[in-house]
Amino acid sequence: MSQAQIRPKVGLFATCLVDLFRPSVGFSAAKLIEDAGCDVHVPIAQTCCGQPAYNSGDTKDTRDLAKQVIEQFEGFDYVVLPSGSCGAMLKMHYPELFKGDPLWEERCRRFSDKVFELVSFLTDVRGMTEVKVQLGKSVTYHDSCSGLRELGIAKQPRALLSSVEGLELKEMTGSDVCCGFGGTFCVKYPDISGKIVSKKTAMIGETGADLLLAGDMGCLMNMAGKLKREGSTIEVRHVAEVLAGMTDSRPIAGSGK
Amino acid sequence: MQFTAPQFKDNAARALADGQLQKALTNVEKGFIAKRAAAVAALPEFDALRDKGREIKNHTLAHLDLYLEAYEHKVTESGGHVHWAESAEDARQLVLDICRRVGAKTVTKGKSMITEEINLNDFLSEHAIEPVETDLGEYIIQLRGEHPSHIIAPAVHLNKEQVEEDFRRVHTHLDPKRDLTAPETLLSEARQVLRKRYFQADVGITGANFLIAETGTSVIVTNEGNGDLTQSLPKVHIVVASIEKLVPTLEDCSQILRLLARSATGQDISVYTTFSTGPRRAEDPDGPEEYHVILLDNGRTAMLGSEFQDMLRCIRCGACMNHCPVYHAVGGHAYGSVYPGPMGAVLTPSLFGVDISGHLPNASTFCGRCESVCPMHIPLPKMMRHWREREFEKHLNPATARYGLGVWAFFAKRPKLYRMATSIGARMLSLIGGSRGRIASLPFASGWTDIRDLPAPEGQTFAQQWAARQKQGA
Ligand code: SF4
Repeated sequence: MSQAQIRPKVGLFATCLVDLFRPSVGFSAAKLIEDAGCDVHVPIAQTCCGQPAYNSGDTKDTRDLAKQVIEQFEGFDYVVLPSGSCGAMLKMHYPELFKGDPLWEERCRRFSDKVFELVSFLTDVRGMTEVKVQLGKSVTYHDSCSGLRELGIAKQPRALLSSVEGLELKEMTGSDVCCGFGGTFCVKYPDISGKIVSKKTAMIGETGADLLLAGDMGCLMNMAGKLKREGSTIEVRHVAEVLAGMTDSRPIAGSGK
Repeated sequence: MQFTAPQFKDNAARALADGQLQKALTNVEKGFIAKRAAAVAALPEFDALRDKGREIKNHTLAHLDLYLEAYEHKVTESGGHVHWAESAEDARQLVLDICRRVGAKTVTKGKSMITEEINLNDFLSEHAIEPVETDLGEYIIQLRGEHPSHIIAPAVHLNKEQVEEDFRRVHTHLDPKRDLTAPETLLSEARQVLRKRYFQADVGITGANFLIAETGTSVIVTNEGNGDLTQSLPKVHIVVASIEKLVPTLEDCSQILRLLARSATGQDISVYTTFSTGPRRAEDPDGPEEYHVILLDNGRTAMLGSEFQDMLRCIRCGACMNHCPVYHAVGGHAYGSVYPGPMGAVLTPSLFGVDISGHLPNASTFCGRCESVCPMHIPLPKMMRHWREREFEKHLNPATARYGLGVWAFFAKRPKLYRMATSIGARMLSLIGGSRGRIASLPFASGWTDIRDLPAPEGQTFAQQWAARQKQGA
């Protein structure tokens, strides 16, 4: 892209979990989007994409929230989220909600077309092939379910991670197996969720990696919480923090450096 | 079987504490997944076949009445009888009537989920007719007085040692010192014991993997050949099948067969695939004198035209449960119904009502792996969500969950209030987390903190910090 071209305007939807629990992911995302030649805007009235209501069968509240999101973000060239599940919500599930709605169906479709998960936006849309940062650590990567199966995100984060100087990727067996978070599932069925996440932490442990990464705060908090409870020292971070070279903050779990 | 879906949570807790079961479940998690993956990788057109399979079934379901009529006509033409059963009760009664008319004392059975659905074995036993299961897995669980925990591997919750124990307990006429350590010896012992029973049986009952409208044929697939003996040796063969098993033509059937075994066990095709059309003809060397098909509805027509219609494409391959993390954790019995796993989470509320099956569509992480492996492209998570919608509309979900959701939605829809609340929340949680940055116990989030720590927020929300930086920059 030539310098003369106008920088696209990106609306950053930080997601409610990033907003509340992990602002550094929001800043990492903003930096990466800027590095990819875009201007970042953060509409201050953003709240949540509506997944808790949607997955609980509350379609009315979900629609209200979806309209709120669309109104706030439809003016941007792109809408980017550091989360596969919220990304899939906006991109795949919002259109389902407004099927047959004369006022919103088309408007929602135009909006959803502009929505991308962060890493997929950087690579698939902006053509980013490398990041210029370094991290002398071994890393294992968890494929969060929605990002993987609804948005097809698997190669993109690995490609960018492989360009991080000094980083060694140690794949775990079953990187595509659910971590047991599942939104409200983890509090509705805590012991089943607990069993699933303990299988996951065992697979993570087997890799011997220094750092666990994923692209979704829900999964990260679940795995980090379990690793901490088990006394593991492995560090846990959102993949955006590593790609942006912003790893000074205290990790979500683990001792860190 | 006893319907315990309402006690799903207790069932699950028991399953999680059962060390033997947990060990057995690793077979599902490891074996089936690897075998399917290899079979799919070896067939480049697998995905195209899936599209084709979906198309065939969608077409059939759109014209189901016509194909059912055509099928009945063909069966009758070839000398068989079709009986229509609206409910489980009707189906049971139809089976009993046939058995009584021919004076049956013993019936042999091939593996059939439909006869589990209508609870046929208990019913026949109550009426002094002995059902004998001939599939090894079914035979084992019948010895134990249990029910299948998986739709294609009914005894997958058991290990070899348990089976050996059962065989020694029941097969007392055999040498107590015999060696039963290899799985094959168990199979051959069951075969030997069952041989006599095949000849004793007056009626053979099977299910059907497919019913073919074009020819009036019922199709079963097995790996042990027991189905063939069940249906060809007795003088009466009864097929019990649900209406959605229909496919239009032989060619359609063969297409979907290519998906079935690969998805289920990773085989190219099952060892035995048997097509039955009517009773024995004069020139046939063997076969039953009477051929009956009992066509069960049991709630299926109500699914037609509803948001659950896609579920009727299911070919019962079991791939969804083989890949489900919840199934891996709790096993099939926890679901408390004939059909476990993701397909059961959709089908069970359709058959038995969401008011008493509500846990099943809720106990899913929506990880989507079931849908990604389903050979018939059934959007399982989406349909589980539809059940949650129906539950929500009918106020069937717990009051506390509704209340919590209501409060959350109230704030989420009012950005200004939301910003205030989250700023306070982030500050508070960060204080509780202290310098270690973790919260080990939080009374209102005990579902979370019983299992894992809650990583504490950094102190200020992203929105607050972003706004502050923008101001500084300006
Ligand atoms: S829902 Fe799909 S994967 Fe599950 S048993 Fe049916 S056909 Fe197989």
